[in-house]
Amino acid sequence: MNASSTSTAPAPAPLSDQIMIQMEHVHKWYGAFHVLKDINLTVLKGERIVICGPSGSGKSTAIRCINRLEEYQRGRIVVDGLVLTNDVKLIEQIRREVGMVFQHFNLFPHLTVLENCVLAPIWVRKLPRKQAEEFAMQYLERVKIPEQARKYPGQLSGGQQQRVAIARSLCMNPKIMLFDEPTSALDPEMIKEVLDTMVTLAEEGMTMICVTHEMGFAKTVAHRVIFMDGGEIIEENTPEAFFTNPQSDRTQLFLSQILHN
Amino acid sequence: MAGSYTPHPDLPPPANVVGVPGWVRRNLLSSPLNIALTVLALYLLYVTLPPLLNWALFNATWTGETREACQTNGGACWVFIQVHFDQFMYGFYPEAQRWRVNIAALLLILGAAPLFAGRVPNKLKVRLGLGLLVIYPIIAFVLFKGGLFGLPAVDTRRWGGLLLTLVIAGVGMTAALPLGVLLALGRRSQMPAIQSLCVTFIEFWRGVPLITVLFMSSVMLPLFLPEGMNFDKLLRALIGVTLFQAAYMAEVVRGGLQAIPKGQFEAAAALGLGYWKIMALIVLPQALKLVIPGIVNTFIALFKDTSLVLIIGLFDLMNIVHNATTNPEWLGFSTEGYVFAAAVYWLFCFSMSRYSQSLEKRLHTGHKR
Repeated sequence: MNASSTSTAPAPAPLSDQIMIQMEHVHKWYGAFHVLKDINLTVLKGERIVICGPSGSGKSTAIRCINRLEEYQRGRIVVDGLVLTNDVKLIEQIRREVGMVFQHFNLFPHLTVLENCVLAPIWVRKLPRKQAEEFAMQYLERVKIPEQARKYPGQLSGGQQQRVAIARSLCMNPKIMLFDEPTSALDPEMIKEVLDTMVTLAEEGMTMICVTHEMGFAKTVAHRVIFMDGGEIIEENTPEAFFTNPQSDRTQLFLSQILHN
Repeated sequence: MAGSYTPHPDLPPPANVVGVPGWVRRNLLSSPLNIALTVLALYLLYVTLPPLLNWALFNATWTGETREACQTNGGACWVFIQVHFDQFMYGFYPEAQRWRVNIAALLLILGAAPLFAGRVPNKLKVRLGLGLLVIYPIIAFVLFKGGLFGLPAVDTRRWGGLLLTLVIAGVGMTAALPLGVLLALGRRSQMPAIQSLCVTFIEFWRGVPLITVLFMSSVMLPLFLPEGMNFDKLLRALIGVTLFQAAYMAEVVRGGLQAIPKGQFEAAAALGLGYWKIMALIVLPQALKLVIPGIVNTFIALFKDTSLVLIIGLFDLMNIVHNATTNPEWLGFSTEGYVFAAAVYWLFCFSMSRYSQSLEKRLHTGHKR
């Protein structure tokens, strides 16, 4: 489960100062329930962020605001220079540039692996089918399952499905990748293959925000680790500082619980 | 003691759980109650089947031209059907023009057959299907109705029999499904105006009996229309049947839409697809596949409900058979007539049912997640 055992840590390349995502004072309510409280986060191009925290802490909700799968009631989010509004066309434009990988894969079960991958490039990017399929095969090779291209998602293992889901997102050639607990629904034997894929992606300089409890992954890959609880960002630090010297009691308690398992 | 792990080999199943003896054991003789039911069923078949077969086959009269040919040995007289067969198929469609109906039927069969064959490429199937949906109705309408290209006009009042049944059923099905899909999407829409419009429409049409709809279309509608404006009676029946069945279809489709996990919408949205593309490419293909049984159920109900048009004086298959049984020359052959009508309806409905089963099997793509 520890990704560092197989892959070397990517050298922390100097980040450009280009801001990819900016969340400013974002608040969200589900009815009367205040789920996100004043979230502020700036993500630079090529930066890799890991968000962790107990369940119900708002970490998934926070990243789902970035591609507007969730609405928020107050605050401002800027993605790659575009300010998020209610404008449907603008939201679709932002979603084209922001890939997302879900906990439960959410592959389209009625389409083959290859069809899953070429659907958006063909219908959103308007690529010719042949070219889209060539691209898709390249990405399927990168996630190491080109031989499954003609199969249906239901015929694959969980780990394979999640790798297809990653390839499907990459086929849109996104500038940012969001991972929403990508390994939480997987058997222990399959977690590593997915994490390895994500590490490879990180090595290539992809801007990533990853909600995960894989602390090994956080240590190897992340530039920054963010800890959330009760809808707030409690702590934000480099992985070394975060794991060796957590600032708040809440973070210490959380780390002691997940690291001692 | 560390050894390498070798899986235990699979053993063949015991002889009495496979093959015919296994099937009989499992399905007919699995418990004392089942044994009793099996015996009872065999007895009922013994009592009912021989007289039925005697009436329908062995004692039946098959050849002849007139009523006098019928033997009086208690068997059916299929001469009645033979004499009226053309009428049952075409209604009062002029005899000299019936070739037009035949050509339309032939075109339909030729056009539809490749859709049911396995080896035809999908692209061709899509084109053929679209052709059947868009171009064929126009061709068929021109052929049936005439008045163009030197074809003598045939008033819709003269259309009848199986021809009329198939016209109403075909138009009803092809129009009710897309309309039902739109209504179902509208009912789940976020926009309150569209949603309440669709809910009102669906609840209104589901709340009234089809007979009422047909009566209203033929009796009440003309009262509201300006003097001299006269809708074709068949057209009114078609609209009535379509809107009525679309409401049912909408609820069937909505059931399918509700079964699609939210993650499918989200994954498609996250890829940048818009509402209509999400629906057309991701959600509807899955939802419609799930509700194939419900859709076919509605189609079958629609097919049989077409016989209700007899109350507004259209001579569909049911009505024309009924009409023939009241012919003074052929009184007393209503059993043969209704059995024939039932057999025709059954043949169509059963084919639809079988086709839906094979479609479900073909569209099944492994285990669902």
